[in-house]
Amino acid sequence: MKTHRKLKTLGRFGLSAVAAAMLLLSPADSSRAAGEGATLPSIDWSFSGPFGTFDQGQLQRGYKVFREVCSACHSMNLVSFRNLAEEGGPGFSPEQVKVIASEFEVEDGPNDDGDMFMRPAIASDRFPTPFDNEQIARLANGGAFPPDLSLLAKARVGGVDYLYALLTGYEEAPADMELAVGMNYNAYFPGHQIAMPQPIFEGSVDYDDGTPGTVDNYSQDVAAFMMWAAEPKLEARHKLGFKVFLFLLIFSGLLYAAKRKVWSTVH
Amino acid sequence: MSELHGEPYQPQSGFMKWMESRLPIMGLLYPTAVTFPTPRNLNYWWTFGGILMFCLTVQIMTGIVLAMHYVPHVDMAFESVEHIMRDVNFGWLLRYVHANGGSMFFIAVYIHMFRGLYYGSYKAPREILWILGVVLFILMMATAFMGYVLPWGQMSFWGATVITSLFSAIPYVGDMITQLLWGGFAVDNPTLNRFFSLHYLLPFMIVGVVVLHIWALHVTGNNNPTGLNVKSKQDTLPFHPFYTAKDGFALVVFILFFAMFVFFAPNILGDPINYEKANSLVTPEHIVPEWYFLPFYAILRAIPDKLGGVIVMFGAIMVLFILPWLDTSKVRSASFRPLYRQFFWVLVIVCIGLGYLGAKPPEGAYVVWSRILTAYYFFHFLVILPVLGLVERPRTLPQSITQSVLGKDDGGQAESKG
Repeated sequence: MKTHRKLKTLGRFGLSAVAAAMLLLSPADSSRAAGEGATLPSIDWSFSGPFGTFDQGQLQRGYKVFREVCSACHSMNLVSFRNLAEEGGPGFSPEQVKVIASEFEVEDGPNDDGDMFMRPAIASDRFPTPFDNEQIARLANGGAFPPDLSLLAKARVGGVDYLYALLTGYEEAPADMELAVGMNYNAYFPGHQIAMPQPIFEGSVDYDDGTPGTVDNYSQDVAAFMMWAAEPKLEARHKLGFKVFLFLLIFSGLLYAAKRKVWSTVH
Repeated sequence: MSELHGEPYQPQSGFMKWMESRLPIMGLLYPTAVTFPTPRNLNYWWTFGGILMFCLTVQIMTGIVLAMHYVPHVDMAFESVEHIMRDVNFGWLLRYVHANGGSMFFIAVYIHMFRGLYYGSYKAPREILWILGVVLFILMMATAFMGYVLPWGQMSFWGATVITSLFSAIPYVGDMITQLLWGGFAVDNPTLNRFFSLHYLLPFMIVGVVVLHIWALHVTGNNNPTGLNVKSKQDTLPFHPFYTAKDGFALVVFILFFAMFVFFAPNILGDPINYEKANSLVTPEHIVPEWYFLPFYAILRAIPDKLGGVIVMFGAIMVLFILPWLDTSKVRSASFRPLYRQFFWVLVIVCIGLGYLGAKPPEGAYVVWSRILTAYYFFHFLVILPVLGLVERPRTLPQSITQSVLGKDDGGQAESKG
């Protein structure tokens, strides 16, 4: 009788805990979604799940899309060239990174004459910004400010799925919808009116590894690259997490056995 | 009260004898932390006190290291957090443990508080113990709120703006208080500086009140699932090894839960928009606090008047201070209070419901429900609890803690079986 009551109480506690947990986990996807956006397509990313890792080939392709398309208007202020050669990233060699960096010019100085000068970027430099300041960026983009891409994969509801959806979501506006001047219709953008015109088309970028140059591939690859840029320690986190979990599981088993042993003398 | 003192410490080694005659710290700690007589029937809901100690320690330790790398300046705070995430050795781990640690702290404290509500742990003679707990809860909320401002993301900034503006509703001194909080006329660099300073200070005030909380606990002793007083030595077990073993196991299970968030879903409890740097010119569409404030946020927005909302929101916490005197029942544990037990669960659901509504935009049915649930929240404490104690017929209480554990009062044969 007593045990039964205990179980019932436990059950109810359990149920409410589950309800609370569901409540906790829900805001990420539904309630805070900015706007009415359509359901996001779900991509089977290589980095999702507790054992997920980045696909180096995909990150390298994504970098190429970023370099040739996105970086014309978007900055990536928090990422340095050296990051491209770090573990858990696109896996470029330090030599490759030197070459990649040297394609960009950055301002340095002042030199001994007191002048600022331009020099090729080196591995320790951050990615240069395409515009000197927000005002000129707006001037060049019809009043819109292209956001920095360093953290965008974590700064949007839906995350990397949303980025992929946005890039593939350009469509004809419905007949009954009047677009503002300079705006474009996107099925996934909150409010559906986005200042950024469709950035990538079939064949925009030449992949070196034979991957077909489709909008779908470009979008997935660059979204994955942005996920890495936002969370460069994802692989290290998953690897350490696995070890920590294993340790804690065994440790909790031992502690449970110890607890049983200690308590066996009193009930 | 004699049963509340554990076996005294007997120094064994020559060094400890020398030490004890000069600084009898073991003599103080041993009977309170090792041999402390603890009711033998505490269930796993009682393990959250220890878990909360763990949470506080983790927050302070990770926080101290984070503060070595963090820059409290509006131009650099956001970047310095990303520097921690990207360039500091295991910085990502420190920050994710600290950020999720806040949520874990609140999960544990809410369970701890509802356990107190269920088993009547706030009743005489534990009123001061409970009140100190409410003080700790308020300090925790202040600390968490200021901590959330430090990364200087969009929600940091706008959350700070919304919450500090609440104080301006106070008549006469409101504007002065708000400007004092801001260090100016809007949330800006002075605000960030003082919040950083206070975010570092308050945890140590929490430590101080925790000492008082535990002191008060060690005077009255633990409540227990029956709510009965400890009547004999037989009703208790020494804290060590029985509850060190039980708390230790529960703690590791809790750390597993904690690790799940840190390693595999570190951003799920946070708002994505906080990965965007604070911008005073762009207001986010929905300004929502962290999940642990949502029930209070729902209460705040349920009231159409600003000052009224602030009063009612603070009232929702203040009512907990007088809870020990609102509950008129002589019986502590809900296990023996058939009606109270049901009202307890209704309250749990109401609080979860308020949390849900706090995350929703303040419009239409959400507002109506917020008002209904807010009214019920106060009705529970101010009307149901006083009346219930007078009309409810409690079930028959067991003779003793030991009897409730072993089925019958077998006077000294407790070791036989279980």
